Amino acid sequence: MILNTLSIFLISIGIVFFIGGAVGVLRFPDFYTRMHAAGKGDTCSMLLILTGLSVFQLNDPTLANFLVVGKIFFITLFIMITSPTSTHALIKAGFEEGIKMWKRDETKEDGE
Amino acid sequence: MYRIAIFLLLLGIWIVFSGKFDAFHLFLGALSSLFITAISGSFYFSDRSKSFGARMGEIIRLPGYGLWLLWQIVLSNVHILKLALTPGDIKELDPTLVRIKPKLKTDFGRYMLANSITLTPGTITIEVGENEMLIHSISKHTADGVKDDSMEKKVAKVFEGGES
Amino acid sequence: METFFVFAGVAILILMLPIMYRIVAGPTAIDRIVAVNVIGTKTTVLLVIIGILYGRVEMFVDFALTYALLNFIGSLAAARFLDRVNPDKHYSNMKAEEASK
Repeated sequence: MILNTLSIFLISIGIVFFIGGAVGVLRFPDFYTRMHAAGKGDTCSMLLILTGLSVFQLNDPTLANFLVVGKIFFITLFIMITSPTSTHALIKAGFEEGIKMWKRDETKEDGE
Repeated sequence: MYRIAIFLLLLGIWIVFSGKFDAFHLFLGALSSLFITAISGSFYFSDRSKSFGARMGEIIRLPGYGLWLLWQIVLSNVHILKLALTPGDIKELDPTLVRIKPKLKTDFGRYMLANSITLTPGTITIEVGENEMLIHSISKHTADGVKDDSMEKKVAKVFEGGES
Repeated sequence: METFFVFAGVAILILMLPIMYRIVAGPTAIDRIVAVNVIGTKTTVLLVIIGILYGRVEMFVDFALTYALLNFIGSLAAARFLDRVNPDKHYSNMKAEEASK
């Protein structure tokens, strides 16, 4: 029962962070700021949801379930290592292609 | 020494992923781990001049650093959530490029510093050079946070034995 | 508990829609690749949830691991490819930044 509550709690917080990432990708003004939302908004929510799922798996502590938890741990570790790397590769590709950076002043002139 | 460590690591991964403990599958795992160690054993640890004690110190200090990084990830997600759910014009958004010159010596230290900068709130590493890094920061406030070298000192303490 | 997992899966699926919009409308090619990368991460989580719903987690976890691996390799390959496409525009941002100093 405690494990179920903990798992529901973790997954709900993870989905809230996913909302942050998705809205950020939709709303932010240029490529680089969108990259911030895409690269970071996913790591933590993914981590929380997968932790919640593995906590749910521990309800029934058999050897097979422990192996599943080990595999989920590997996925988490793998995404934690690769997510900054792919973010870095993509933002470098965009930077070298010469995508313009968004500046605050231009939008002020547009808005007024 | 290093080859034995790599072999045990690969065998452990095999056992977790296969999930079978009978002699036949363990034998297959040992065989394939041995093969991989033989053909690509020199890829995994590039700097082999370190002593055994330094390596063990790294392994002992790694979990503390990982916990600190996890906390930073949570903080950066809260930051992104706060920015994304600001109604109307997002006032805090003011992208800048920052250049820092870290004094880390090893490639692995630089890699860890770049990844840590990417995971902390509001900053992404764009380019990593020999002795400078180009960083995109989402606002002036986070740009100030990355300019001081507290994070660099932390990385140096964990992965380069405390010097610099 | 099963209903909660169904709702969590549907919520993740709905959150893919704004990112789908970014794929369709994204001004540059790299925007689209970034969006595909984000959807890939969400799919990894969704596969584990589907596995729990079907009662076959030990199988679906392997799928999720493979999917995460392919997602990473795909985005790296696309980034390396786009690096080469446009050699004239290299560092125009950096020049602009140095001129502004």
